[in-house]
Amino acid sequence: MTDAEIIAMADEALAAEFELDPGQMTPEARFREDLDLDSLDAVDMVIVLEKTFGIKIGRDPAIMNIRTVDDMHGYIIAKKREIEKA
Amino acid sequence: MDVKRVAITGTGAVSPYGKGVDILWDALVRGESGIRRHAELDDFPELGPRVAGLVRNVDMTEVPRKHRRSMSPMSVYALLAAREALGEAAFPEEALCGGRTGLIMGSTMGSVRTIEEFFRTYLAQGSLDQMKSMLFFRVMGHSVAANVAQALGVTGRVIGPTAACSTSCQAIGLAYEAVASGRQDAVLCGGADEYHPLTTGTFDLMMAASSGYNDAPDRTPRPFDRNRDGIVCSEGAGVLLLESFASAKARGAAILAEVAGFSSLSDPSSIANPDPYPLYQCMRDALDSAGIEAKSVSYVNAHATGTILGDAAESKAVTMLFGGDTPVSSLKGHMGHTMAASGALESVACVRMLRHGLLLPTRNLDDPDPECAGVALLRRNEARPVSVIVKNNFALGGINCSLVFRGTDD
Repeated sequence: MTDAEIIAMADEALAAEFELDPGQMTPEARFREDLDLDSLDAVDMVIVLEKTFGIKIGRDPAIMNIRTVDDMHGYIIAKKREIEKA
Repeated sequence: MDVKRVAITGTGAVSPYGKGVDILWDALVRGESGIRRHAELDDFPELGPRVAGLVRNVDMTEVPRKHRRSMSPMSVYALLAAREALGEAAFPEEALCGGRTGLIMGSTMGSVRTIEEFFRTYLAQGSLDQMKSMLFFRVMGHSVAANVAQALGVTGRVIGPTAACSTSCQAIGLAYEAVASGRQDAVLCGGADEYHPLTTGTFDLMMAASSGYNDAPDRTPRPFDRNRDGIVCSEGAGVLLLESFASAKARGAAILAEVAGFSSLSDPSSIANPDPYPLYQCMRDALDSAGIEAKSVSYVNAHATGTILGDAAESKAVTMLFGGDTPVSSLKGHMGHTMAASGALESVACVRMLRHGLLLPTRNLDDPDPECAGVALLRRNEARPVSVIVKNNFALGGINCSLVFRGTDD
């Protein structure tokens, strides 16, 4: 799976879950300030991403650093690459 | 204690006819049925009924996701009805957050559909990994009250009573007492429920659900009729805004009607079967609390759901208190049994009956059962002065409730 495919899949899944306009999912968009998602939404975001990509995120401390859509893309891409290497 | 008079200044409805009190009232006046064949019930061959009264023509996305995310459909219905009530009353938004406005709304239980979806995943995986953050807020007992209060920004007392079919009658009564005692200046009150086949299954198990009219859904339920065969389960929400007369008059609000009395009494003789005498006591107690004599009552809006035992017991109780001359009808023949919403939706219709001087009959009452014939059963729309209405709801669990509504002089 290419990075672009990962990004497209992640954006589509999150836009559907949180009823966002795909146009809002710009890399610099901040989840809290720009997309109006809070800590409870973050819990569901983890579940949606786990399901979409067949990965385990759980309570990985690294997710606490995700602030923007770009951060999320980077996290998922790294996670997928990690799995591919293993 | 200084007991304050309690006004109804707003009403709201989401019913099997759609969204809005006007849509509900027009359908009731036309004698339209809200019951349809419900295909989902075909998945349950063990059940007899194939009909239900589901809410139609409601756009759930009218409620922003921020609030809707913690709501199951019943809370959406209740919020839409609450907004309508506030709009009709022209209630100022800032009064919702001053601590003097409360909210008392209930449902039979939390969202069964949500519980079902959760357990499908949980039991299949044996793990709570996929549990979403909003699960609890949709299934908790006070889901409707809490969700509507959050969405509207209500800061007064928020209570979520639950008493099955008596839920919203009890909610209106509790709201009436909170305003009459001066603890709140205004209270949004009512109830909501969303359909799930479990509700139909519960009544079918007790041989109290209608299954003889699956091919003619608009002919059931049939309260008081000789050929009635049980309840038809429906869904919806009804909301009333109650205010002290002083508060309503101070802001120049139109008073639609008055809540003049209330009673909620228990019948511990059976958890399922109604007994006429406790029903009689409940209506009498409500009238006593209002200081109104039975002979002054213009009309009784019965609970009558179309069950063999319930309708007969209520008829006997009404005869004991009112004799055989006071007009009686049940609106369940039109829209089925909307469960926790029924008390409020039927109360909303009672407010219209008071205002329009028009009594509505029981739909599908073609051949009155001799067991119910002691009362003056309304058979057609009747225009006449309506000054006082007694409104009943009687629930599984032996929870009996009666409200007394009085019209305004204008």
